[in-house]
Amino acid sequence: MIHIDWILVIVAGWLALGVWALFALHRTKFVARRLFPLGGVLGLALAGVALDALFSTAEVAELVIGLPGLPMHLRLDELSAFFLLVIGAGTFGTSMFSAGYFRAGEGTAPGLLCLEYHVFLAAMALVTLADDAYCFMVMWETMALSSFFLVTANHRVASVRQAAYLYLLLAHIGAIAVLLCFGVLQANTGDYTFANLRAQHLDAVWASIAFGFAVFGFGAKAGLVPVHVWLPEAHPAAPSPVSALLSAVMLKTAIYGLLRIGFDLLHGGLWWWGAVLLALGLISALVGVVFSTVQTEMKRLLAYSSIENIGLIVTGLGLALIFRSYGMGNLAALALSAALVHVLAHAFFKNLLFLGTGAVLHATGERNLGKLGGLMRSMPWVAWLVFVGVLAGAGLPPLAGFVSEWLLLQSFLFTTALPNSFLDMLIPLVAAAIALVVALAGYAMVKFFGVIFLGQPREEKLLRAHDAGLWQRIGLAWFAAGCLAMGLLPVPLIDIVDRVTQRLLGAGLAQTVHANGWLLLAPIGLERASYGPAVFLGGVSAGVLLGVLIARRLYRGTLRRADPWACGYVGINARMQDTAEGFGQPIRQIFEPFFRITREQPSPFDARPHYRVDVQDRLWHGLYLPIARLVDWLARAVGRLQQGRISTYLMYSFVTLVIMLLLVRR
Amino acid sequence: MNVSTTGILAQSLEIALALAAAPLLLGWVDQWRARLQNRSAPPITQPYRVLRKLFHKESVVAGSASPLFRFTPYVMFGCMTLACAIVPTISTDLPLATAADAIALVGLFALARTFIALAAMDIGTAFGTMGARREMLIGFLAEPALLMALFCTSLITHSTSLANMVGTMSHRHYVLEPSLAFAGVAFTMVSLAENARVPVDNPATHLELTMIHEALILEYSGRHLAMMEWAASLKLFAYSCIGLALFFPWGIAEVDSPLAMLFAVPVLVFKLAIGGVLLALIETASAKMRIFRVPEFLATSFLLAVIGLLVHQLLES
Amino acid sequence: MHALLNQSINLYAAFLLIVSFAMISQRRILSLVHLYTTQGVALVLATVTVAYLTSQPHLFYSAVITLALKVFLIPIMLHRVIDRLDVRWDIEPLINIPTTMLIGIVLVVFAFNLALPISQLSSSIARSTLGIALACVLLSFMMMIVRAKAIPQVIGFLAMENGLFFAATAATNGMPMIVELGIALDVLVGVLILGVFMFQIREQFDSLDIRHLERLREE
Repeated sequence: MIHIDWILVIVAGWLALGVWALFALHRTKFVARRLFPLGGVLGLALAGVALDALFSTAEVAELVIGLPGLPMHLRLDELSAFFLLVIGAGTFGTSMFSAGYFRAGEGTAPGLLCLEYHVFLAAMALVTLADDAYCFMVMWETMALSSFFLVTANHRVASVRQAAYLYLLLAHIGAIAVLLCFGVLQANTGDYTFANLRAQHLDAVWASIAFGFAVFGFGAKAGLVPVHVWLPEAHPAAPSPVSALLSAVMLKTAIYGLLRIGFDLLHGGLWWWGAVLLALGLISALVGVVFSTVQTEMKRLLAYSSIENIGLIVTGLGLALIFRSYGMGNLAALALSAALVHVLAHAFFKNLLFLGTGAVLHATGERNLGKLGGLMRSMPWVAWLVFVGVLAGAGLPPLAGFVSEWLLLQSFLFTTALPNSFLDMLIPLVAAAIALVVALAGYAMVKFFGVIFLGQPREEKLLRAHDAGLWQRIGLAWFAAGCLAMGLLPVPLIDIVDRVTQRLLGAGLAQTVHANGWLLLAPIGLERASYGPAVFLGGVSAGVLLGVLIARRLYRGTLRRADPWACGYVGINARMQDTAEGFGQPIRQIFEPFFRITREQPSPFDARPHYRVDVQDRLWHGLYLPIARLVDWLARAVGRLQQGRISTYLMYSFVTLVIMLLLVRR
Repeated sequence: MNVSTTGILAQSLEIALALAAAPLLLGWVDQWRARLQNRSAPPITQPYRVLRKLFHKESVVAGSASPLFRFTPYVMFGCMTLACAIVPTISTDLPLATAADAIALVGLFALARTFIALAAMDIGTAFGTMGARREMLIGFLAEPALLMALFCTSLITHSTSLANMVGTMSHRHYVLEPSLAFAGVAFTMVSLAENARVPVDNPATHLELTMIHEALILEYSGRHLAMMEWAASLKLFAYSCIGLALFFPWGIAEVDSPLAMLFAVPVLVFKLAIGGVLLALIETASAKMRIFRVPEFLATSFLLAVIGLLVHQLLES
Repeated sequence: MHALLNQSINLYAAFLLIVSFAMISQRRILSLVHLYTTQGVALVLATVTVAYLTSQPHLFYSAVITLALKVFLIPIMLHRVIDRLDVRWDIEPLINIPTTMLIGIVLVVFAFNLALPISQLSSSIARSTLGIALACVLLSFMMMIVRAKAIPQVIGFLAMENGLFFAATAATNGMPMIVELGIALDVLVGVLILGVFMFQIREQFDSLDIRHLERLREE
């Protein structure tokens, strides 16, 4: 019982920190330099405990809070431990970064921010530990509410308030769906503990309805298309450490929910559930990446990139469900391992990227890509650490993002064994789409890094931007080291993930992987496929060394600094380099049907000509605005019941009384 | 990862051969292009002379260049050397091939492309950033097309390890697989695009607005430019060898037969020579496309590769 | 030897599919005629191979007719028409080319799925190529729909007939001679009529863009 007790102690510690911060409401330095790092250390401890818990047996506990006779059941099994690892690792880096980030005078008082932050963390941890639907929903709500308050930290800006409102709305619609899902799962037994839900064996129709509710509810939280519209609004509106946590950690709790309901409580299920998840994941990935390449604001770009990565994870989950429904346990484990590795990898590199934007915002005050540039000279620490995140985000070997992509593509290669011929034929198309998504992600990452950190500064003040402080560097370096470590040592990573797949599917990759040593990752067999990132990096480094030897030793050339060549043009300035809009223009042209583009073009007769292009989401105008108008219309129609005349209200009461008397008479 | 002495021998021989012969391949293609265009051809050793000249020259770097800019030529060289080391050109007994399979090879090319695009954006001139944008445009379509073309062969050989794929392909009894035809056409189109050949990009152009690959290396000079040129020729060598190894795999030495490598080298030279002439022929017979037509070209190759996969599912399983 | 010839039919089928896709992505009308000619050559080779493998002499005659018509006569007629009408380019199809190719892939998947149970019933040596032939027919039909000039539409019609011919050869070892001649005559007459039609359009509107035909409807 010790792991779960330690975790509860850590959660209590976080809450205590939050309450302490209430007593230091406006003392920014104290809150930032003392309380946040303490919270970070607690997060690191959580990650350590979770890692240890992964390799031991499941534990239960009961919290007697809440209603009498309805205690909160908690359970720590491998799935919970894995997601606690994600939460803990993400918290450490982000809290350390926040210690150097928060300054005085930014909307909400820092003490209040600290309270909301730690309540958020505690709620997320308890969501993964919850073992009955009551505890789960209470913690889910707490998570949504505390994150809402975190997003409105700069509540004086109107756009932030709107974004947070949209976020709250969609979070609650999702929560209703999850509640309905639990309602269907308990199958009229009245007992909401997960143990009971697991024991129920629903027939296909009700199980599918429950699964549909789960996909809608958790998809709304994860950012699956078409309920993703809150993500690109809320993540940029929040302060950067909060955006990092939202993108990297909170979206994963939704994935946890999908895994818990889909694989654990519903025992796998039908093949077409997996096909639905596959389709949704693929569409989300494509939409997310295409939109991220055309953005002009750095945090929106990363928010859409999060949608893309969640899409890839859900695609892996769908594939695992398909395999499992056909009884191919090993292949299902391969696909699930790919998805879980991507969960961990994305947590690290997305955190790193968002915290990098935080550092840039902290130093320059600009978030529009058109006002940044050339920051590598004035902020080298941030630039190089973010570079690691960019390479990981683009899915390049030998870093973390490539391992999950490699595993996912491997699982596609083996689908020719499926009995269903229709699926068999669709799978190559899906694999091609995944390859396209990953290539486009590379495009977006090059745009992100190139426009912000490389080139000439587009504004004067960028030359005086200050580099990250010590706290910020610790946070960034933690995530960069994580990306490197996970990329270079995939075999221990597979060991970790294997514990989860054994619990959910009864199969795992660890045995075959260990047969080939720790350097090589060969999940099915050495002659089928293998990948050794350490040797890969060694090979590239050896080539680099060879090149340096040839260039510097054999031929002793000199180096001279001069003005840029620029094909002999004189007088080039910073405005002549490519803008973010320009860099995304080919994608805008090729994928035009995805967008709703409105253009204002100058005419020769304009006294003050201007050019404006607005790129928007088609779903917003096609789906959400009509629904909003419908709700408005319904509300107005119902509002007609309120006439304002007393006689009408008295008549309502009279009619109700008469009807009640009639009913009682029977 | 069983590393035998024959393996190490084969590996080092392969790397040395690639480093030495890649500029020769480039010279051969240039020679034939000149001949087909009725010009007098430069000698076949011209690229070596160019490299030597560049190495001796002073390297002029823009004042605003970051360490990324100066480091990229070496990274390109390292990546392309590793690519040539992984592809089975003269033998399938390659220890390094277990570290990187076909997907990792595509990832390796993507890594090189990312570095060079970022280096081009580093100086912040109009042409460099335009070149970076165009390179990423070609890359985002060429990379999945290449991956799918390699997948076609992976589905047939049930493996993504390049050494295994080549070994299996050379041992199958003579079967004409339609999916390989599709994959071959797609692979040819992708290698034309990735190596900056006509009809996608003219490697001999000096008009900046038409450049794609050249625009990325505009700011480099001296030894950095020499490294970049060498890396480009290594890339062409690697692509040619991948194509030959997958679609014409005969003559490559097997595991535990080191003497067969003596036979494999002339066979490779022969195959590369024919491939070079064909490349020169394609370049002379086509006109360079407008930049806006290049995505269509690459989309065609991507879709052809996908059709190859579908044809495999239908006809061959 | 037999196995090799068997597999070569698969190769011809794949070649036919590649050429159908190439036709969709072509803008130059002369290239379309050349592609059609190569399709004809592939058809002739396939018919000869099937004739040799199943020892049916009348397929040889059918191959000779195909050679005369589709590799020589019809391309020559098309060249003459193109020269007299002086059309070279069809730059703006109704849907742009990448979208057309994506729809093409969907059609290919659909055709393959459709052909799977049917091909299991057939007993011919090349029955798995039925799906490809069906896909060629659908792709050529789509080409007829999305093209804006008249000549590519004609070529699409002819390519559709090519696909049907290949399906007949592959699935049922050729059609009866009478049917064969009947279809050939139909195609010839059809092309003649379309040729006359094109001259009329050209005279009326001074262009071969079929969108001008919309002006003829009653307002």
